[in-house]
Amino acid sequence: MAKARVKAPKSVKKGEVFEVKTLISHKMETGLRKNKKTGKKIPRKIINKFSVTYGGKEVFGSDWHPAVSANPYVSFFVKASASGPMKFQWTEDSGAVTEKTVNIKVT
Amino acid sequence: MSVQFNTQNILRRDVLALAGTGVVAVSSIGLFAGDAMADPAAVAKAIKDRIGGKKSMAGNITLELPQIAENGNTVPIAVEVESPMSSSDYVKAVHIYAEGNPAPDVATFRFTPDSGRARVSTRMRMIKSQNIVAVAEMSNGKVHMVKNAVKVTIGGCGG
Amino acid sequence: MKNHFQGILMGAVVVGLSGFASIASSAEMTYKVGDRSSGYTYATKETQGIQDDDIANPAYVYVDDGEALWSKVDGKAGKSCASCHAVDSAMLSDVGTRYPVYNAKLGKLQSLEQKINQEREEKMVAKPYKWESGSMLAMTIYMRNQSKGKPMNVSIDGPVIPFFEAGKKFYDQKRGQLDMSCANCHVDNAGNRIRANLLTEGQSNGFPTYRLKWQKPGSIHRRFRGCNKQVRATPYGYGSDEYVNLELYVAWRGRGLSVETPAVRN
Repeated sequence: MAKARVKAPKSVKKGEVFEVKTLISHKMETGLRKNKKTGKKIPRKIINKFSVTYGGKEVFGSDWHPAVSANPYVSFFVKASASGPMKFQWTEDSGAVTEKTVNIKVT
Repeated sequence: MSVQFNTQNILRRDVLALAGTGVVAVSSIGLFAGDAMADPAAVAKAIKDRIGGKKSMAGNITLELPQIAENGNTVPIAVEVESPMSSSDYVKAVHIYAEGNPAPDVATFRFTPDSGRARVSTRMRMIKSQNIVAVAEMSNGKVHMVKNAVKVTIGGCGG
Repeated sequence: MKNHFQGILMGAVVVGLSGFASIASSAEMTYKVGDRSSGYTYATKETQGIQDDDIANPAYVYVDDGEALWSKVDGKAGKSCASCHAVDSAMLSDVGTRYPVYNAKLGKLQSLEQKINQEREEKMVAKPYKWESGSMLAMTIYMRNQSKGKPMNVSIDGPVIPFFEAGKKFYDQKRGQLDMSCANCHVDNAGNRIRANLLTEGQSNGFPTYRLKWQKPGSIHRRFRGCNKQVRATPYGYGSDEYVNLELYVAWRGRGLSVETPAVRN
């Protein structure tokens, strides 16, 4: 699992639209670079999917291509419905998944 | 003791390189000779493949990008689409394209009425000065589009 | 050859820039003091935004890692850093403002990396960290980040005087095929451009720094090596006396500027 950091407000009011910020440490190897010594192409290895579920369904999803920068940062918004977990999933080309969960408290 | 700069010794190619517009930044991506680069036509085709024959409209969508990128490998970008984000009228997806990159696609972001606000921020790679295009698909079938130009410069003495 | 390269250091190059975001200070940070300015003031507002948001700033992963390493038992003595050093200790709160520091027992100047490895080997009986390893960067970023906001304040008195003088001499000395000194860029031409890069004062208050060019954080010695290579000089080694002395001089150049570790720079 790669290292990821997530920030969401500690508690929100029902119906409030709040910002969520995320970052994952990842080289996002484009597949276009060449090894300077061997001249061989360095194979592509990126995170190609980022998905956020809350209240039992996907509230935000994205597909990434090699033009997304290394150490990808994404911030987005969510409308507070009920207290519960918000799960973040980053999926790499290889199929490897990094997951993180935060608890959203809705008052 | 300060260094004296003799501007007459600057070579023509350096002056041209500093001219500003159309400065090509060769990043550390290391392209092969003969690599195809995206161009406006490639982006237009990618968009057509995505939205079919629908006509896209201007307005309702804004792109936030720097005028000049500090470094082409990490360019902060934000897109926002005006929408009530109700269950009957919301932004389904935003697609980002780059007209001057090796490939036209950058990212697709999918929203739901539970998003509350159709705004997303991220960071992208730009191999050279180019236009960035954002296309928003609405739940009612409408499509909005916006295009911004970003300058990417040659480095100098990065170390 | 020399004149050509020096000719690239132009003064007023029209690149159509919007104004630089130049901030003297915010509620907690001092980016300008006297005639000294942090590299922050030369960065675009987008880059400043990446630094100021601790989720957007990729180097904060290293702060987390350093915090975890602090309480991790390592080595044959069965200790962690935390066994002797409380997280809220005075040492940790200002370590980022003080290093490099004179070690009386060794009779020489020590960088933070060298002090960490000395403690690891002597107290923890643990293997030293490689200078530019993820672990060493995590430790130095975590430790220096505890001093974030505090003014840089290295001592240049008493036993460190000869090391400070050596660092100052290195700074002003021309080297390499391009025959340039640190001062040629960072004193004579701070605020000017070298091709399309904007030259800063070369301050160290944000190090280890996340450089967009590196796409990861790096130490000040890595930066010194890069700068020396750019003027076609053979770089010195990580932890060399030359670079530890230079690090002290450069830290003194930034006296009064807030520690920004981990900063984000181009």
